[in-house]
Amino acid sequence: MTQFTKDDVYYFAKFARLAMTDSEAESYASRLSDMIGFADALKEVDTENVGPMTHPLKLINVLREDIPTDRLDREEMLKSVKEHEAGMIKVPNIL
Amino acid sequence: MNFETIVGLEVHVELKTDTKIMSPAHAHFGAEPNMNIHVTDLAYPGVLPTLNKRAIDFGMKASMALNCDVATVMNFDRKHYFYPDNPKAYQITQDERPVGSNGWVEIEVDGKKKKIRIERVHLEEDAGKLTHTDEGHSFVDLNRQGTPLIEIVTEADIRSPEEAYAFLEKLKAIIQYTGVSDVRMEEGSLRCDANISLRPYGQKEFGTKTELKNLNSFNFVRRGIANEVERQEGILLSGGEIEQQTRRYDEATGQTVLMRIKGSANDYRFINDPDLSEVHIDEAWMERIRAEIPELPDARKERYVNELDLPDYDAMVLTLTKEMSDFFDATVTAGADAKLASNWLMGEVSAYLNAEQKELRATELTPEGLSSMIKLISDGTISSKIAKKVFKELIENGGNAADIVKEKGLVQISDEGTLRKIVTDILDTNEQSIEDYKNGKERAVGFLVGQIMKATKGQANPPLVNKILLEEIAKR
Repeated sequence: MTQFTKDDVYYFAKFARLAMTDSEAESYASRLSDMIGFADALKEVDTENVGPMTHPLKLINVLREDIPTDRLDREEMLKSVKEHEAGMIKVPNIL
Repeated sequence: MNFETIVGLEVHVELKTDTKIMSPAHAHFGAEPNMNIHVTDLAYPGVLPTLNKRAIDFGMKASMALNCDVATVMNFDRKHYFYPDNPKAYQITQDERPVGSNGWVEIEVDGKKKKIRIERVHLEEDAGKLTHTDEGHSFVDLNRQGTPLIEIVTEADIRSPEEAYAFLEKLKAIIQYTGVSDVRMEEGSLRCDANISLRPYGQKEFGTKTELKNLNSFNFVRRGIANEVERQEGILLSGGEIEQQTRRYDEATGQTVLMRIKGSANDYRFINDPDLSEVHIDEAWMERIRAEIPELPDARKERYVNELDLPDYDAMVLTLTKEMSDFFDATVTAGADAKLASNWLMGEVSAYLNAEQKELRATELTPEGLSSMIKLISDGTISSKIAKKVFKELIENGGNAADIVKEKGLVQISDEGTLRKIVTDILDTNEQSIEDYKNGKERAVGFLVGQIMKATKGQANPPLVNKILLEEIAKR
């Protein structure tokens, strides 16, 4: 069965920008193992001759014509931004 | 020890669609910050991407022009990363099933032809633009977020900075011919990263590579690679090891500078994007796109050399841009002699465009206009010298050469009687020159011809003037 370690939890928590304590990580590790372990049941199915599926619905070629129809008003957008200057969103420097 | 240079290129090309690849906002370069945005670009809660059909068309077209196999089934994937240039925190791209794969581009360096293989061409969205300040913050403009791109990845087939340069020139021409992009490096619609490594000659395995970024012109690509090769050589020769790094080309110093050390590879956590359907391409769709691809530069070059008897050099210069090549074809179709058309386009026309910093389409010159003038030269109605006056008129004010010649009275004087009268008049007043010539001063003839041309405002037919002049001198 798939087992999650505390290190795995920290690894994924970093991607989600989540801070957590050691005991929380411990608890998540065991719960994630249960959850993903549940999906392990799928491994019992023989998929040797089954092609990859990218979508649960049988949708193909859902496409849009290349015509501008809609845009977001800048001033409207800037209302929900913490800080802005000269029409641009101001964010902390991340390098 | 001698090392072999191994280079692979990753080229990003912005597609010239009207809207973004996943949203119906405008996708144009040069707008005011954040004016071309859509709720999808900003990842507002509950929004869904809508796939632009023309972006698929363009991806297919570029792939075909680069001799790739085009996927009959493709899908889009999410590549996750955190950075303010993309509010979704993932880029929609193609991971395992790109639109194009297994292509090639033929280049020529020092007269040697070589195929550079294309590993893949995939569609993806561009990110927004960040402007960093020194005061601890950055400004985000999301106009570019979601602009359709194709990323073209070559195999590690390039063996020198010159080959990299030749490849980019060729790639740019091909893409420009297909019309899917402006491929202007200065506007960022073509961007290039280079993966560079060295290995001792004879060794099969590749050495550790570095990735070179910030290559803002084809010349910088060439110089950047040359400099990086030199750096790696220095390290290897002194017994050191190459570290896997991302480096930046510094235009001011011509050196490559360390950006970051690539430790454990980034974990982009690719997944299929469940918001988008698969795209299936049937034969009819393939055919429609194939039919839209114009004759490409290499095919035109071959036709110019084999069918129109142009020298290789002419064929190469004329096919550098589709605009010039189309203009040349139309001029020849309108009846002009091919070599004369080529001479004028490479000579006077190009000189004019350079001097005026103009594009051909911004002038008044038409293929019919140029052809009408060349025909007048061919049949002796005007001399090359007068043609230059006619040309200036044609390129600045347009029209037809025959009308200009008539209007300005520029017809070449080819009537023997008229010319003989002028020649004898000139000889009568320049007896000294005749004597000089008879005493062996060949230059005296030049002086006399000059006088005749002056008297006829340059309109005398030069070969005829020479003939009559020598006849008349002999009589005296």
